[in-house]
Amino acid sequence: MSSQTVGLPLAWRRIPERYGLIGSECQNCKTKYFPVRKICPNCRRKGRMREVRFSGRGKIYSYTVVHAPPTGFELDAPYIIAIVELEEGPKLTTQIVDCDAEDVRIGAPVRMIFRRIQEDGKEGLLHYGFKFTVVK
Amino acid sequence: MRRVAIVGAAMTKFGEEWERGFREMIAEAGVKAIEDANMSGKEIDAIYGGTMAAGRLIGQEHITALIADYMGLNPIPATRVEAACASGGVALRTGYLAVASGLHDVVVVGGVEKMTDVPVGDATVALGGAGDQEWELFMGATFPALYALMARRHMHEFGTTEEQMAMVAVKNHYNASKNPYAHFQKRITVRDVMKSRKVASPLKLFDCSPITDGAAAVILAPLEKAGKYTDTPVEIIASAQASDTLALHHRKSLTTLNATVEAARKAYGMAKMKPNDIDVCEVHDCFTIAEIIAYEDLGFFKKGKGGKAIEDGETALDGRIPVNTSGGLKGCGHPVGATGVKQAVEITWQLRGEAKDRQVKGAEVGMTHNVGGSGATCVIHIMRRAD
Repeated sequence: MSSQTVGLPLAWRRIPERYGLIGSECQNCKTKYFPVRKICPNCRRKGRMREVRFSGRGKIYSYTVVHAPPTGFELDAPYIIAIVELEEGPKLTTQIVDCDAEDVRIGAPVRMIFRRIQEDGKEGLLHYGFKFTVVK
Repeated sequence: MRRVAIVGAAMTKFGEEWERGFREMIAEAGVKAIEDANMSGKEIDAIYGGTMAAGRLIGQEHITALIADYMGLNPIPATRVEAACASGGVALRTGYLAVASGLHDVVVVGGVEKMTDVPVGDATVALGGAGDQEWELFMGATFPALYALMARRHMHEFGTTEEQMAMVAVKNHYNASKNPYAHFQKRITVRDVMKSRKVASPLKLFDCSPITDGAAAVILAPLEKAGKYTDTPVEIIASAQASDTLALHHRKSLTTLNATVEAARKAYGMAKMKPNDIDVCEVHDCFTIAEIIAYEDLGFFKKGKGGKAIEDGETALDGRIPVNTSGGLKGCGHPVGATGVKQAVEITWQLRGEAKDRQVKGAEVGMTHNVGGSGATCVIHIMRRAD
């Protein structure tokens, strides 16, 4: 059992968001969301959503080092999971990679990079998407 | 709306119960609760069952039909309720609503989870379903990781320490050592917690509730008829529930659970009470930081002062507001769907004066606080002895 039951259609539907950081902006209240939402929680029926691409720059809001990984992530452990606050406002959960552990702290500037996230067993799908790294 | 009372309460021993399965555990808890209410079983009009992940943990869905069958309660209606780790508490609220509305007179509310039939990694994955699969778990976040993200922010914003979190585990193991139904019977020290292996920094193994098997059940009846079944009814004087974003990262703050704040506000309003009217409370300490945040969100202590409260012993058995006398999720164990019902069983015993070595003297009003996931669901009940 991998971390989730991932079908091909689901992985395909998520490509714009996971590869390109595509989210939504409400034309009414100007709030930006990641990932895509069809309904603005602030404005509901008055909201009008359009797609936006995020810059991929942000800072670390909180972080943890995962030592006990779920099935499918054993080879990655220990790895860093963070909530990153994008410069446009929304927050997301991601791995922080390719940097020294001591550079990872609340407030550290980060940028998006493109990486393999996980795979569905030996012969299954390879899932790609965003991770982040600390900007020196 | 009719007034509703708990007239029977029971639970199985919590633990790694390899000799008993899902069916045996829920039947034991249910039958003991019916006996506790001095009923034959014929009085019962409906079943509400809380379970989170039976499909992934034992490969069985349609579990309330199974429960009705194995408790010998066919053909009454049996309804499954799922709200992740709050499944039990939301099942209790659903049963409460059924009796309060007048639709049913006597209902049994059960909670159950059988978690040790699968390897730990698979149980971790199943529990991950309480969070956002596509945007949290997919990235490699685990449940301990989500609470670790909260803990890190709480430390950053308020100076809460790892030692203070450890003290929650020490207190709850101490209380569990006085509870024969608890998963853990051994007391531990702050040093034991600090030395335990890392799970998701700053959380260590002893900051985390265990993977546990168990079941619990309560019988609800209209308060006006409660005297037929028991001399010591416990009235449910408030039932409140609230929701928040499924994913933790969508919240404005990581150091408060807005669903708890909202549900507490509604519950206090319904009971016409304030935080200092509560004599004993079972809170959702799936991780030690969760208990500290709950102290603050329930209004027992100011935001940021939860760490100091545990350090000062305010929530110990002999403290100003004893919290998690059962041992909580940390010490008594956390069979996910059973937890919310177990909290009601513990408060019922406390208010009846039947909690023995861990009895809070003179407890008149109790509270249960049950959280689903990282706080997307919260359900709170306030109870008062009604004899």
